[in-house]
Amino acid sequence: MSEYVLEMLNISKEYSGNQVLKDVTIKVKPGEIHALLGENGAGKSTLMNILFGMPVISSTGGFGGRVIIDGEESKIKSPNDAIHAGIGMVHQEFMLIPGFTVTENIKLNREITRPNMASRIFGKSMETLDVDAMTKDAEAALKKVGMDIDAYAEVAGLPVGHMQFIEIAREVDKRGIKLLVFDEPTAVLTEQEAATLIKAMKELASEGIAILFITHRLDEVIEAADNITILRDGVQVANLPVAEATVAKLAELMIGREVDRSAMGEPRDLSNEEVVLSLKNLTVDMPGEEVKGVSFDVYKGEIFGIGGLAGQGKLGIPNGIMGMYHADGEVVFEGEPIELNNTKKALSRGLAFVSEDRRGVGLLLEESIEDNIVFTAMQAKNEFLLKFGPITLKDSGKIRRHANDMINLLDIRCTGATQYAGRLSGGNQQKVCVAKAITLGPKLLFVSEPTRGIDIGAKKLVLDFLTKLNREEGVTVVMVSSELVELKTVCDRIAIVSEGKVNAIMKPTDSDVDFGLAMSGYKKNKGGAEDGKA
Amino acid sequence: MEKLKRRIKEFGLPRIIILAFFLFLCIMAIVRDLNFPALLSNVIARMPMDGVLVLAMVPGILCGIGLNFGVSIGIIAGLLGMTISMEMGATGLVGLLVAIAISTAFSTLFGYGYGAALNRMKGSEMTVSTYVGFSVVALMCIGWTLLPFKNPSMVYAMGTGLRPTISMDGYYGAILDNFMKFEIAGITIPTGSLLFLLGMCLIVWLFLRSKTGIAMRAAGSNPLYAEASGISVNKMRIVGTVISTIIGGIGIIVYSQSYGFMQLYNAPRMMSFSAIAAVLIGGASASKASISNVLLGVFLFQGILVLSLPVVNDVFKVQNLSEIMRIIITNGIIIYALTRRKGGAS
Amino acid sequence: MQKGKERAAFMDFIFRNKVAILFSIVSLLCLYVSGIQVSFLIKELLTRLARNSFLVLALIIPVIAGMGMNFSIVIGAMSAQAAIIMVTYFKLSGIVALIATFVLALPLSVFFGWLTGKVLNRAVGQEMITGMMLGYFANGIYQMIFLVLVGSAIIPIVDPDLLLSTGVGVRNSIDLTNTIKYTMDNIIQVPAVWFLVALGAFGIFWFVRKALMAKKKGEAMSVHIFMAAMSAALVAVVLMPGVYYGLMTSGAGKTPLQVPLFTFFMIFLLFLFNGFFLKTRLGQNLRTVGNSRQVANSAGINVDKMRITAIVISTVLAAWGQIIYLQNVGTLQTMTSHESVGLYAVAAIVVGGASVKKATNAQAIIGVVLFHTLFIVSPQAGQALFNNAQLGEFFRVFLSYGVIALALALHAWERIKKGKGEEGAEAQLPPAGEDGAKAASES
Repeated sequence: MSEYVLEMLNISKEYSGNQVLKDVTIKVKPGEIHALLGENGAGKSTLMNILFGMPVISSTGGFGGRVIIDGEESKIKSPNDAIHAGIGMVHQEFMLIPGFTVTENIKLNREITRPNMASRIFGKSMETLDVDAMTKDAEAALKKVGMDIDAYAEVAGLPVGHMQFIEIAREVDKRGIKLLVFDEPTAVLTEQEAATLIKAMKELASEGIAILFITHRLDEVIEAADNITILRDGVQVANLPVAEATVAKLAELMIGREVDRSAMGEPRDLSNEEVVLSLKNLTVDMPGEEVKGVSFDVYKGEIFGIGGLAGQGKLGIPNGIMGMYHADGEVVFEGEPIELNNTKKALSRGLAFVSEDRRGVGLLLEESIEDNIVFTAMQAKNEFLLKFGPITLKDSGKIRRHANDMINLLDIRCTGATQYAGRLSGGNQQKVCVAKAITLGPKLLFVSEPTRGIDIGAKKLVLDFLTKLNREEGVTVVMVSSELVELKTVCDRIAIVSEGKVNAIMKPTDSDVDFGLAMSGYKKNKGGAEDGKA
Repeated sequence: MEKLKRRIKEFGLPRIIILAFFLFLCIMAIVRDLNFPALLSNVIARMPMDGVLVLAMVPGILCGIGLNFGVSIGIIAGLLGMTISMEMGATGLVGLLVAIAISTAFSTLFGYGYGAALNRMKGSEMTVSTYVGFSVVALMCIGWTLLPFKNPSMVYAMGTGLRPTISMDGYYGAILDNFMKFEIAGITIPTGSLLFLLGMCLIVWLFLRSKTGIAMRAAGSNPLYAEASGISVNKMRIVGTVISTIIGGIGIIVYSQSYGFMQLYNAPRMMSFSAIAAVLIGGASASKASISNVLLGVFLFQGILVLSLPVVNDVFKVQNLSEIMRIIITNGIIIYALTRRKGGAS
Repeated sequence: MQKGKERAAFMDFIFRNKVAILFSIVSLLCLYVSGIQVSFLIKELLTRLARNSFLVLALIIPVIAGMGMNFSIVIGAMSAQAAIIMVTYFKLSGIVALIATFVLALPLSVFFGWLTGKVLNRAVGQEMITGMMLGYFANGIYQMIFLVLVGSAIIPIVDPDLLLSTGVGVRNSIDLTNTIKYTMDNIIQVPAVWFLVALGAFGIFWFVRKALMAKKKGEAMSVHIFMAAMSAALVAVVLMPGVYYGLMTSGAGKTPLQVPLFTFFMIFLLFLFNGFFLKTRLGQNLRTVGNSRQVANSAGINVDKMRITAIVISTVLAAWGQIIYLQNVGTLQTMTSHESVGLYAVAAIVVGGASVKKATNAQAIIGVVLFHTLFIVSPQAGQALFNNAQLGEFFRVFLSYGVIALALALHAWERIKKGKGEEGAEAQLPPAGEDGAKAASES
């Protein structure tokens, strides 16, 4: 028996030259609740993928470092091996079958069976289910996690909060479970349910099960964890016992980074300019990024940033305004309301949008660069067309000239305007998306995650281009990004979105502590997390 | 070398087999001293005959409904167009044009409803449309019996209903085939039909470069992309379905005039399968197709069908082999396309 | 209060069985119009029930595994026919021939079922159309083997009784009189009247018992009482003088009509097997896969293997079902007997109220009864209404296709309504991470 259940020593991992984990070490003792803290993209997921032997790791060249379980080198090659090694995972999205009963879900693929005539001939898989024994187990497991649910009930009819507990009960029910990973388990729970959950976690820990607790709710970390590991950009920035931690300190550790604004100059105060865009109580029904009532004003000529953690709703804002997902509320642009849920109208009013989902929404991968660039302008503004009475044909010459201009302007690295967009690198694809948006000649440009997944050179070029567009052409830019540094480098003001609402509108020069707290859901003056989840 | 491998993989093993088989048939035909020019004339005659039907697949595939197994609906519209024009006593070029006009009217109507229905079943279009196609053909079997046609050259002399096979002689049988028909080196060229096919291809090609055509293609290949540019994807899918249905209707008219007979009742049921197989052989997939796929596909497919009959009978002395080959090739290539279909745009 | 509950339970029953009820009404109307005698209908229906039920019941397991209607059961049927041709060639007869056919069909159908499953795993979400195309494709291969290869240099057999006069290719029509015809049916025969009365009596007993049990538990009992009444109605109809007389004289040579009890027993066994299977570990795994491939995968179930298993079982059952069918028909139409097996079986189960996502034993049996009732009466109804029997023929073909198209369309529509969220997220086990996505978009 070793002192630690799990030791992950000097773990490093890169995805095609991109270092996502560098020399990370985590040690968890039996009965310990170990919190793993970090922004999106800090490397938490990759670390867990390594622990669970996900195929995505081995298929991208494996990892560096050692994983030791119970003092022995880990042999986990697949999620199934992890289950056998006594490591369980409580998923962020539910891995439950709505049409099954609570018992059936808890005992999924671990059913208790009795032999019968057929099984003696055809083997164990034909054994009959022993529903009574299964129910007994399920009830015991539910009790352990502090939940009183009818084990015969169908999961479909239960409240969302209960589902999380069924997931946990399933893991608890597994024999020989040594380590449980909780992946943002409180994200969908009400305050009260979250409290029950933390109680259950402590209960489990007291029985000697080690718990890895991934979350971004700092107060929960302080309340539940024994030790805390913080990752930032794939680097372990801190490993400290909870006694040494405060919410403010954690917030700062989580996001603190150097910001270089030398090229941009100080953030401008444009509050004297006219309000160009005004949101009033905007709600957007975007799955995973719900917006639950957002109001703010954007001034003419501004670069306005929207930040926040993934899943909090920041992406929903531009997608809702542009009609990609159902939206309600009021959006006023240049003094006149915009008809919501109508992309065409939004485009014709002079709005343009560079989507965060470059390959999914931004591009036709199997069409040429030039066709991609002019597509929206052609459809929304009838440009680049030759007209013969009612018949229209695309104006290939004009398209080619425009595309070549754009290729030069944005320095798109390609073999020519006819190359397929799908063949370009991520950075160059993003440049095509930007070119598509500015071909519309927008007055206001939404850019969503403009630098996600592109290399440093392209990153700088895209950001520089956006600033140039803003400064020289006077285009107002609303930039949504998970990368706070990027927002702080470019923006004049930054709204931080948490749980579907604007938590604070801040200056780029505000301290990391303040930003960290805002992102974790603390109201600046009130303290304490928001309530009111659906 | 790597590149060559990838090219081959993209082209697909089944297509390579089919191409090899076609070449083998050509060589055998020459080696065994069969009447090669006659065979070739036959292939060339069949190209425009089936080509328009195959062309009907292109807008369907491009607008995102996949392989349009429901093109039988267009075929029914075409048959209605022809029967009604014959009932009206329209002959010659006028008859043909009247048939096309009536067919197009029906196709637009049916195609609109059909497209609107398909919008409610995204992701299962092909499964549903196959059976919708079958049902419509079966329903029209009742229709052909009950509709009050009177023209004695179409209805049964005794009893009620249209005959299963109706000769187009004296109306517009072979009217396109015979237009400017000439013979060169023993090969007969049905100029009119060929021109008609090429004309249709040109129209579709131009449409695909128009504003609507471009929007339709975008809606098919990436619905989210299209929506982000303010295009109604559902509308574009209906446009594609309607056009596919219209071309299907015209396709059966061209087919019938060339064949000299129009076939009612259960005859149209499996026609969509051949058309789909042809466009797939030409290099299309369930989500991508072009005019060149149509022309190459119809040439290869018809080439194999025409050549295999005499060659196989000459070499193997077995009767039904070429029909069996047709079954295997048609369905094999469709299965190949279905199993290669990747879900979503990612 | 109590009354309201009974009412609600009954309305729910009606709603759940709306398709079957609709078809019952249409069938009864057609029966009335056609003027067919009830005893004739019962006679025909019993024959068709014995012939087709097994095939229809073979469809259930793939539905549970989430693969929809298994149109590829034609492949099982072809395996069975291959076995029959072999048995004919070996000149076996009687029970031996029957057993030999069952045994020979097993490895063939397992192998082809396995291949089918492999292909269907490559066409996730398009299983039904792919299964159908596989059926057509296999038909091509089947014809290749039995029309071209048998008797040629590759399969050099000589048998003038079996082969065409050219010596190559199997005859179009093979008489099974000397091999398996009626071999299963003749094992035990009982008079139809007894059989039906016993069935009805059992139904009365069963549903009354259920009603009493429901009453004890305080649950609604109206549905059970209704079913008991239906069973009683069956007995009453059979014992009605005209029908009784008809059944007592409609056998060969005016003797009482007999039913093949052993064949029905086999069908009953499959009926039990389907129920039993669902309660086994394998059945539970299949249900899990059918509900969500993603969850099944994360629970460590080998999804692909489960799906193949479901298709193999279905194919084997279909092969045996086809043997039962052909031993009753008595003639093998080499090139056509299997062709519409999938179509009619699927149409029947859909008429019984099954959907692409859910199918039960009861729906299968009710479906066979209703679908074949319509099959029997529609030509006569067409004759009576339009003076054209052909119309009834067309009508029933339209019905087969139309009802399937409708079921497929409704299913597709429901799937859309449920939302697209579920389909998008495919099998990422632990956190579907940002950085993972980053890497993916990079490459």
